[in-house]
Amino acid sequence: MTALTGTRHLVRLILRRDRVLLPIWILLLAVLPASYAGTYAELYPTAAERAAYLAGTASNPSIVALLGPVYGDSVGALTVQRAGLLTLIVALVSVLTVVRHTRTEEEAGRRELLGATVLGRYAGLTAALLVTYTANVLLGLLTAAGLVAAGLPGAGSLLFGAGVALTGITFATVGGLAAQLTESAGGARGIGLGVLGLAFALRLGGDAGGSGGTGGSAEWLSWLSPLGWAPRGRAFADERWWVLLLPVLFSAAVALVAYPVSVRRDLGAGVFPPRLGPATAGRGLTGPFGLAWRLHRGQLLGWTVGFGLLGLVLGGAADAAGDAVQGNQQVAEILARLGGTSALAEAYLGGTLSLTALAAAGYGIQAALRARAEEAAGRAEPLLATAVSRTRWLAAHLLFALLGPAVVLAVAGLATGLAYGLSVGDVGGELPRMLGAGLAQVPAVWVLSGLAALLVGWLPRFCGAAWAVLAGCLLLGQLGAVLELDQWALDVSPFTHTPQVLGDTWTATPLAVLAAVTAALLALALATFRSRDIPTL
Amino acid sequence: METPISVSGLVKTFGRTRALDGLDLTVRAGEVHGFLGPNGAGKSTAIRALLGLLRTDAGTLRLLGGDPWRDAVALHRRLAYVPGDVTLWPNLSGGEVIDLLGRMRGGLDPTRRAELLDTFELDPRKKGRAYSKGNRQKVGLVAALASDAELLILDEPTSGLDPLMEEVFQHWVRRAKADGRTVLLSSHILAEVEALCDRVTIIRNGRDVETGTLTELRHLRRTSIEAELTGPVDGLGQLTGVHDLRVDGARVRFDVENAALDVALRRLTDIGVRSLVSQPPTLEELFLRHYQAEQVRS
Repeated sequence: MTALTGTRHLVRLILRRDRVLLPIWILLLAVLPASYAGTYAELYPTAAERAAYLAGTASNPSIVALLGPVYGDSVGALTVQRAGLLTLIVALVSVLTVVRHTRTEEEAGRRELLGATVLGRYAGLTAALLVTYTANVLLGLLTAAGLVAAGLPGAGSLLFGAGVALTGITFATVGGLAAQLTESAGGARGIGLGVLGLAFALRLGGDAGGSGGTGGSAEWLSWLSPLGWAPRGRAFADERWWVLLLPVLFSAAVALVAYPVSVRRDLGAGVFPPRLGPATAGRGLTGPFGLAWRLHRGQLLGWTVGFGLLGLVLGGAADAAGDAVQGNQQVAEILARLGGTSALAEAYLGGTLSLTALAAAGYGIQAALRARAEEAAGRAEPLLATAVSRTRWLAAHLLFALLGPAVVLAVAGLATGLAYGLSVGDVGGELPRMLGAGLAQVPAVWVLSGLAALLVGWLPRFCGAAWAVLAGCLLLGQLGAVLELDQWALDVSPFTHTPQVLGDTWTATPLAVLAAVTAALLALALATFRSRDIPTL
Repeated sequence: METPISVSGLVKTFGRTRALDGLDLTVRAGEVHGFLGPNGAGKSTAIRALLGLLRTDAGTLRLLGGDPWRDAVALHRRLAYVPGDVTLWPNLSGGEVIDLLGRMRGGLDPTRRAELLDTFELDPRKKGRAYSKGNRQKVGLVAALASDAELLILDEPTSGLDPLMEEVFQHWVRRAKADGRTVLLSSHILAEVEALCDRVTIIRNGRDVETGTLTELRHLRRTSIEAELTGPVDGLGQLTGVHDLRVDGARVRFDVENAALDVALRRLTDIGVRSLVSQPPTLEELFLRHYQAEQVRS
């Protein structure tokens, strides 16, 4: 078959390029379900405890909407539900992998280099799909093996593993089609992720009304979603193997569209013509701040929506989480350690908010380092050769590193307060209280934004260190108490100083200190940036 | 009238590398000044120092009567710069970038902007990621040439442009000169410099090795002679000032220093000349001579 000539070489090229990434995500995703199973078996050893957990937490509408339906109170059934977001991640990785090895290559011109050698027309797409399919099959087998090793029945384990693998394969194929449609890899990723988002929204909407295994009135929506199929195989309950036909047929149909499209278009071109922009700049695009808004707004919007949804789900589950652990001493202890207050729902909310703060710090660092990325790409130089001072240019980016995390934390607080308030019947009280709790996280997050800014100004070659610091804070926060580290070690992390606003009496002094540290870091960042070479490569 | 650019003894080191090693450069008001040198000679480094982007280690640097480091913002209002490799924001259209750069400099002439887009055949609606290298370069050129800046600093601005667009570029540089603007044009395209520049500075290893008008530089150089002789070729190779002598039967080819031209021609006519072609050295040859030492070493 000449159309496939060279596929073998391309497969080897992809495996060579992904030799680190591919095994990591396969292994990481494969061990998670087994670890969930182990946790459930340990925390809820008896059927009665699991039934209580099912009734109190697993059937909670927010949990079902977020993770998917649960069929029964066996350890396996609970594990399947718990792994609901895992299939989403598998789908995400699959889309990105296929686009990366098809459209990204084409956009960068590397595909052209290879296309000039002996290479069949279908080879590029086939190689990318083949590698990603195989990775998913491996992931499915390893997942099943892990569950069997954790003591779960073989048939259910295999059905679940197959469901995960087929979900990945479905979205790999979707990625393969998306890669044919647009000229830019960004556009192809956007289409692939858009389909994934739609599938998630459909499943969320379909499962939202239901509780436990009883589908809601809108359950047909979940049947429309490729993410809704795998859980409906009902692994570890009344297993329905025929459901696996759905992703197989769907993938085949998508592939049957993708292949003809891939040969009917020119190399480098897409089916959709690239969208044109305005011929002149709008009134907002006049200087560094207008430009920074254009560069940062997409990210700000994405993080805001994400944090809003997260807040709604976490807030909605808080009351149930509090109830669920009431009867379980071990879980109660864990949660109390997370938050350190007596009321369990409060501890849960405090714990989730501090994790949210770490994520927001990741956003802050990313936004601050955007300035460095601009410089390294050669886009700072022409701007700094205009009548714009270095201070204004850098400040424009840092504005988003500060305001961005503040906005998303406020939104997360509001959403949490709204959902939690609805579930306990006190929106008027919870909304401002959770907003305050969200905003209380901001100063600690700012310290990390300020640190990233200082690296941009002072040690631009070592900007990556900001991520190491964030990882250190995460470890200190999560493991510090467990490892019984000394207080001074814990105090290194700015997040240690964020007061527990919920349930306790607290003072604003640490917040003021954190804000002052941030101000000092920023001043230093701007001063060092003013006196160094640009670009520093 | 102040001297737009005056640099003397400029030194800039990056770690152990001396990127600039005592550079002198003077650009007079209203002239198009060529700044010639191979890759890595220090052209871009010198330009970045002029723009106040780099801290210098020694030497003096005056730009439009000010200090490029201290007075950067005020001075940048009066100049426009095109880097050698224009990188654009993937999600901004070319037109948006042209306007943004123009506004950040303090405005651009809308009529000239339209005319530039037309003559450069540039579609301003395309997104940055969709432009080819040559078209990205055009975006930078349109933004700079549409401004009213009194000084244009162009760092190898035509890399990636096809010959037709090279013509258009030359037209616009001549127009800028006619408008009384000063242009510093760094290049390694010799035809471009020959066509456009009033004076040239040649830079090698971070140091200027030659400055002058093209005529002045030619004075110092050699003439290439190709001749068909009637008698046996002898005595030519011993003459001082004759280089690269090649003999192929009755045909000879050699370069001669202009100071020795007279003696060489006398020798040729003594032997007897059937045909003779002499050529002034192209800038290419001037250039090669300056870097010959380097090439032999590498």
